[in-house]
Amino acid sequence: MYSKEVLEHFKQPHNYGKIKNPDGVGKVGNVVCGDVMWLYIKVKDGVITDIKFETFGCVAALASSSIITDLAKGKTLEKAAAIGRKEIVDSLGGLPPIKVHCSVLASDALSEAVYDYLKKKGKEIPADLERKHKRIGKEKEIIEEKYHDWVKVEEKMHEDKA
Amino acid sequence: MERSYLDYAATTPVDPRVLEAMLPYLREQFGNPASMHSFGRDAAQALEQARETVAKAINADVNEIVFTGSATESNNTVFKTIALANKGKHVIISPIEHDCVLNSARWLKGQGYEVTTLPVDRFGLVKPQDVAAAIRHDTVLVSVMHANNEMGTIEPIGEIGAVCRKAGVLFHTDAAQSFGKVPIDVRKMNIDLLTASSHKMYGPRGAALLFVRKGVKFAPLLHGGGHEGGKRSSTVNVAAIVGFGKAVGLCMDEMEAEGKRERQLRDWMISQILERIPKSYLNGHPEKRLPNNVNVRFDFVEGEAVLMRLDAEGIAASTASACSSPKLEPSHVLLACGLRHEEAHGSLRFSIGRFTKEEEVKRAVAVLEKVIKELRDISPFKEGR
Ligand code: FES
Repeated sequence: MYSKEVLEHFKQPHNYGKIKNPDGVGKVGNVVCGDVMWLYIKVKDGVITDIKFETFGCVAALASSSIITDLAKGKTLEKAAAIGRKEIVDSLGGLPPIKVHCSVLASDALSEAVYDYLKKKGKEIPADLERKHKRIGKEKEIIEEKYHDWVKVEEKMHEDKA
Repeated sequence: MERSYLDYAATTPVDPRVLEAMLPYLREQFGNPASMHSFGRDAAQALEQARETVAKAINADVNEIVFTGSATESNNTVFKTIALANKGKHVIISPIEHDCVLNSARWLKGQGYEVTTLPVDRFGLVKPQDVAAAIRHDTVLVSVMHANNEMGTIEPIGEIGAVCRKAGVLFHTDAAQSFGKVPIDVRKMNIDLLTASSHKMYGPRGAALLFVRKGVKFAPLLHGGGHEGGKRSSTVNVAAIVGFGKAVGLCMDEMEAEGKRERQLRDWMISQILERIPKSYLNGHPEKRLPNNVNVRFDFVEGEAVLMRLDAEGIAASTASACSSPKLEPSHVLLACGLRHEEAHGSLRFSIGRFTKEEEVKRAVAVLEKVIKELRDISPFKEGR
């Protein structure tokens, strides 16, 4: 069912965990099955220098998270935000059709992180990124409602540590 | 790599003694029991011997046993022809039935029948008084499974049977998971119709049974040459049924000792998991539970990921998480028990069996502990660790 690449990334994901004081954070949820992905980026001179993820999800979601960190690292924000599900699926040697939505989650998380960075820095936000942000925002609300308690505790812990 | 099969509720390996019993009927004793010559007579004799073993195991009469090809077929027969042959327009089912019962009931609804789905408590238990309350003057059939395939919860079918008998309503139970593991007496339990399957009890696939109590109006699902006394036409799969018969005999002989052994392994596994893994919970009833079923759930991780990480270490289990289902929906069984979507998300089932060794169970718990920790390290939610 899963390709060799998917299973490799799943068993040994690259770049998972948190980044201290990230420049941008993308938090997204999957309304279809209820998975959650948080993505952190460090940016220097418009280039992603470090990237990490935290994902609560299936094999495909974990593999997609892992591969997108590989794909995004070293790329300009513009190029990174443009990484779509096709690029993820292709780099993973394919995904079962029912699992393609898990790769969308990864692409959403990354564009949200870029959006967050631009916003924080008071930079101009491209129209398509703004549009994407609106769509994702709605889905995120639904999903965070679901995991309300877990999200709250987690965010509180971050604040406490910060 | 060391491999452990801990998914006996999905299917079981054929016991070597069963295979041994079957082989002659694939070789020299290949005859068709419908034939009059000696080849046919030999096959017919083997078939009837299997029927006797099976009938005795549930305290039925030999002519109350109909051999079918699968539990799905048996259940379909109950809903698609027997329900129609008997008077009434209303059936009652539990919400945690196997898909073949749920979908057959749905089909019946399409034929103009009404279907009542009973409530269950958080363990998945049906209350007999709820059955009594749901029965109407036009109820033809009540169908409640003996033991649930996901959580292993054992239903009070004796009491439900008594309620149905008193009301004069047919009572069917799907015993695919329980037959051979816990005692069944169709007389004492007032069962009118019962389904069981060979491949869940160390027999081959392709053989199953439908017990039909004498006096119940029967109508066949498969019409044809009149095999099985006209109750199920199809050339009889003699070797598989001989295997089924042998498998039933072995399960009955070994039920007590094997049940005791499995219960010990099960309880050890459950207590170790709950003790060693934070934020882990048991699904289903702690005691009213099949001897071989362990169903647990974990916060902050998703079932398919757990299953595949275990698989990478050679351990075979099963999950009912949304991500693992073809419709991306969590298990209807867990939801019916009141579990929230996110609780069902991290559910995992181990089902042990005759060939499961203590070391395997020990290794499974150790690997599980590691896998859950690793996946939680990756998860955004790690509360309290
Ligand atoms: S994250 Fe649920 S199916 Fe992939």
